[in-house]
Amino acid sequence: MTVHSFQEHFDSLIDREISIEPKDWMPDDYRKTLIRQISQHAHSEIIGMLPEGNWITRAPSLRRKAVLLAKVQDEAGHGLYLYSAAETLGISRDEMYDQLHTGKAKYSSIFNYPTLTWADMGAIGWLVDGAAIMNQVPLCRTSYGPYARAMVRVCKEESFHQRQGFEIMLTLSKGSEVQRKMAQDALNRWWWPSLMMFGPPDAESPNTESSVRWRIKRFTNDELRQKFVDVTVEQAKVLGLEIPDKDLKWNEERGHYDFGKINWAEFYNVIKGNGPCNKQRLDARRKAWEDGKWVRDAAMAHAAKRKERSATKAA
Amino acid sequence: MSLEYTLRLADDALILGHRLSEWCGHGPILEQDIALTNTSLDHLGRARSLFQYAAEQFNNLPEDEKKTAVTSVAIQNLVNTGSGLDEDDMAFLRDGWDFRNVLLVEQPNNDWAYTVARALYYDAFAFYFFSALQNSKDITLAAIAEKSLKEVTYHLRWSSEWVVRLGDGTEESHERMQTALDELWSFTGELFSMSDAEKEAAQSGIGVDLASLQPKWMERIASVLQEATLDVPKGTWMQEGGKHGRHTEHLGYVLAEMQFMQRTYPGMEW
Repeated sequence: MTVHSFQEHFDSLIDREISIEPKDWMPDDYRKTLIRQISQHAHSEIIGMLPEGNWITRAPSLRRKAVLLAKVQDEAGHGLYLYSAAETLGISRDEMYDQLHTGKAKYSSIFNYPTLTWADMGAIGWLVDGAAIMNQVPLCRTSYGPYARAMVRVCKEESFHQRQGFEIMLTLSKGSEVQRKMAQDALNRWWWPSLMMFGPPDAESPNTESSVRWRIKRFTNDELRQKFVDVTVEQAKVLGLEIPDKDLKWNEERGHYDFGKINWAEFYNVIKGNGPCNKQRLDARRKAWEDGKWVRDAAMAHAAKRKERSATKAA
Repeated sequence: MSLEYTLRLADDALILGHRLSEWCGHGPILEQDIALTNTSLDHLGRARSLFQYAAEQFNNLPEDEKKTAVTSVAIQNLVNTGSGLDEDDMAFLRDGWDFRNVLLVEQPNNDWAYTVARALYYDAFAFYFFSALQNSKDITLAAIAEKSLKEVTYHLRWSSEWVVRLGDGTEESHERMQTALDELWSFTGELFSMSDAEKEAAQSGIGVDLASLQPKWMERIASVLQEATLDVPKGTWMQEGGKHGRHTEHLGYVLAEMQFMQRTYPGMEW
């Protein structure tokens, strides 16, 4: 086949919604876009362990502690499948870590905000995992097979996480005055960063067009953001909490909620590294990696010695 | 006494689970982060079963004994209002001197070698201990032991493999592993020295005769260390006190962190 016919074959698979598999020919840009997106997603899972991990040792009940620990462990698991999915595109996990540690690769900006009270465990589950699900459910049908399959499993677990987050918020909102205050404070801090999770407005989103063509993306940033607002406003009513947006109101004509202007200057600054916890999060990951070097070296050395010994035995 | 015995077992599980949970998100290898979190969850699960049982035992005590069984003011306040205790009260409202865990489990993680050394010492003990506790006359403890033995069998395999990997790995890992084993060695004697509650439990067929486990434990440790090309530490002086509520300075900080929410916002549902 000529390059031209490779491209035609690829396009026809895409058009017929047949998944692309690791051994299939694919355009370089497709491969690059996927590596960028999947590794960014994997990094987000790994960095995302930190803000919630921050409350494991302080969880208010043994049951909550066990659920939180299991949840953060799920995130490590998601990171693992996603790194594996990205590896099928010809990049190693170590290379991806290196991109994260040197600041070359991005991760979801939301994790650069601090977790200040227990209610943040509720707000993260409810809002951040809720927003993540909106972003991720369409990816279960994305064109690249290994990514789509990883996402099926990720989404199942995320929806459990979202429910447990909402349940924490519900318990707080039915609790004492200080607990309701804690819940409202967490909503106030996490609301706007959650809306930013869908990325810049469509007009300013450079990657949207080709990603939609390749079914790496199935809805635009603004479409997903609107869907999130519509769903979440109703959930906040159930909790008896107030969304911190004075411009929020139902628009009968559009059949959607109108909402206030997002502070994009803050969004771009947090991406650039000026968020409250950017340095702290990356430092924690780098430290884990550097402190673990002698452990990984030892494991490799031992494996090599074992191999050598069994070869000697066999001979 | 039987309450004290249950708490003795629960506290080991809670504090070791807590220490291991501190690794979550910071492990040297992603797969190991996940493995260690699993182990932490196993210990936490065992702690919950044991605390639920301890709370039941406490709530069944005669009123005058409730006033002396646990000294913390927070627990006494609950007793005075007539509320029964639950698993969370046991974990979050007792003070340091009420805790009966061995000193070994409260020692800090330090690095991977210390974490692995502490795990090997404890897991080897727990393996023989729960094997024996399965025959307890107390059916609740016997059931918990049966479930725990399955978990601990895996934990022991994990920690043994890591000690071998580090001992036999590089020069640096060998040295770090030996140092960790040496430094934690003085906390291993307490695993086998029996408090009054443990003696009584053993005599009545509820607990385990710890002295009888020591030779098997020693044999297991020696065999793992031999495979790891490491030396069995030589020290003979052993630290003790945890089983009597006299802890190292580390426990206070563990509890300050772990109990913060329940102490700051008492009497709420979470």
